[in-house]
Amino acid sequence: MATYDGLIEATGLEDWCGGDVGDKPLTMAELMARAQGGATPETSILDLPFPSLDALNQSCAAVPRSRDMTEAVEQGFLAIKDPLKVVLDPLTQPLSWLLDWALIGFQSVPWFIMIPALVIVAWFSTKKVGVTVLVAVSFIFMAFIDFYDDAIMTLSIIFVCTIIAVLLGVPIGIAMSRSNTLQRAMIPVLDMLQTLPTFVYLVPLIFLFSVTESKLYGIAIILYAIVPVIRLTDLGIRLVDKDVIEAADAFGMSNRQKLWGVQVPLALPNIMAGINQTIMMSLAMVVIASLVSAPGLGVKVLAGIRNLELGVGLVAGFCIVLLAVLLDRSTKAALSRIDSSERA
Amino acid sequence: MTDNIKVSIRNLYKIFGSDPKAALEQVRAGVGKTHLLEEHGHVLGLQNINVDMQAGEITVIMGLSGSGKSTLIRHLNRLIEPTAGEVVVNGEDVLAYDDARLAQLRQNTMSMVFQKFALFPHRTVLENAGMSRRVRGEDGATADREGQKWLKRVGLAGYEGHYPAQLSGGMQQRVGIARALSSDSEIMLMDEAFSALDPLIRTDMQDLLLELQRELHKTIVFITHDLDEALKLADHLVILKDGAVVQQGEPQDILLHPNDPYIIDFISDINRARVLRVRSIMEVTTQPGTNLAGDVEANQNLESVIALSEGDTNLNYRVMENGQQVGLLHMRDLVRALVPVEAADPARRVA
Repeated sequence: MATYDGLIEATGLEDWCGGDVGDKPLTMAELMARAQGGATPETSILDLPFPSLDALNQSCAAVPRSRDMTEAVEQGFLAIKDPLKVVLDPLTQPLSWLLDWALIGFQSVPWFIMIPALVIVAWFSTKKVGVTVLVAVSFIFMAFIDFYDDAIMTLSIIFVCTIIAVLLGVPIGIAMSRSNTLQRAMIPVLDMLQTLPTFVYLVPLIFLFSVTESKLYGIAIILYAIVPVIRLTDLGIRLVDKDVIEAADAFGMSNRQKLWGVQVPLALPNIMAGINQTIMMSLAMVVIASLVSAPGLGVKVLAGIRNLELGVGLVAGFCIVLLAVLLDRSTKAALSRIDSSERA
Repeated sequence: MTDNIKVSIRNLYKIFGSDPKAALEQVRAGVGKTHLLEEHGHVLGLQNINVDMQAGEITVIMGLSGSGKSTLIRHLNRLIEPTAGEVVVNGEDVLAYDDARLAQLRQNTMSMVFQKFALFPHRTVLENAGMSRRVRGEDGATADREGQKWLKRVGLAGYEGHYPAQLSGGMQQRVGIARALSSDSEIMLMDEAFSALDPLIRTDMQDLLLELQRELHKTIVFITHDLDEALKLADHLVILKDGAVVQQGEPQDILLHPNDPYIIDFISDINRARVLRVRSIMEVTTQPGTNLAGDVEANQNLESVIALSEGDTNLNYRVMENGQQVGLLHMRDLVRALVPVEAADPARRVA
């Protein structure tokens, strides 16, 4: 005798329910009850279950159980998976290649060329002694404790993903700034991408792509990290002084002249801030993406969790922090250099 | 003079709101500004504006904030689209222009100077000054040469490599003027160009503008809320109130014959001696006068004549223009002209 039998009778839905509860797989609760010897425990009004799918199913077989529902979602997803794959696979294949090439490329450069090269890049983009020294010391330290290879792999993934995120994100942001309709349509999507817990990205991607493919984690990272650069490009262009835009109009600038000669240069500080955020978010995601075979420092952290190798996990975590700090410092220093040369 | 109209505004209406066309019918049927806002939720920006602007003259459009003057000037180069009416420039209706032709108009025929300068902060002073040339697709060398030339003309030689933010407000506006001049356009639109500057700099800039104008003879449309500035610069003065023209004409004429309490109120506080000129109050005659104390120029202002007469109201002067006598000035008339009858009568004042 289930709780909601009375309700079904009262509403006259017995026929629709179709009598017997079939011999479907048991739910966990039923299994537990059976294991306890089938004795029905005392019930009081306080134990009244919520009329959920499972509770209703006990009274009416036609109501699906919640496991049927998740099963249906899974089947639905699997059903669209193949056609989706036909489209997405060729589209995203270049991402796999890029990630693999970058990994091979970064790793094949010997350390005695790579470290000086990174230091030189840091110097020319920031022109700050402190940041340059930080970059040099960090990489020498990581190389000394044999975390150099992992750090370089992480760096190469961030490098590829950030470039793609910027190449896609800036044009999307520009388009959003020019069309209110597009902005209204995009903002919920961006909100969703940003609020979705990072693990959740991985679930549908694992179904769509093989775990052995690099694009799996590439897509997860890009989807997560592209949001700030889109948002800040849109915002930056919309924040450009209306008077300056009016002057550009009054002198007969074409839309293209206005975009590249006025709006984008004046929005550049905001766009650069967006790129900085995108880099930081790529780094956050690349660690989580090690769950789906992204190589690098994240793997070491994962090893620390799985095998309880406390030391390895902590040191790898420290290296990630180091990488985060130096990426943040270098991009911010480069950003402030742009700001001051603009004298805006 | 009348055969040389450069810009002509005909029956121009601008209504802001969701359905301006329907509101326009109401306005044409005689619904007023306040009523339109309360009953229909539309703002009447401009109503039935008719102004002719002569080539080579400074037309000043004056009004208080909210009178629609900035809206009006933006109709000339279509930064704002009118609800109804015509804007004719060089005999062509600007409103019929497509985008390409409109861009051409803005690049070649009309340049603009803004109240807040609106310089490009990421470009140097020289690049800003030559901007109008670069927009037209002229090469960098030409743009820099023209920019340089006009920067020098407005007194900013040596500041080419600076950025706008490094200059004071007055200097920034000089860059704004150089930018407008370097496009070589026949028409210059100046939207409260000097309103953001402090009084001394403003006077300097007004003098600079008049000096440039004597040389260049552009058709200038100047917007201001400052009557002294308007009277100083205007060849033709248009007074705007609540989106409608209250009175327009020669500034001296408006001063001596105001036709609206609003204008009387407006002009009651100005220094008439400095604004009024001898030619406006003289007796027009070529008869040789008697008892003459000397010669004065027709374009002299009354202040200088008072100084000359040392305050003696019994004197008479011969008024000369280009070496010829054009009239006689009686100091008695001069003193009378200083006291505006309408303004002195409190009953006729609005406030």
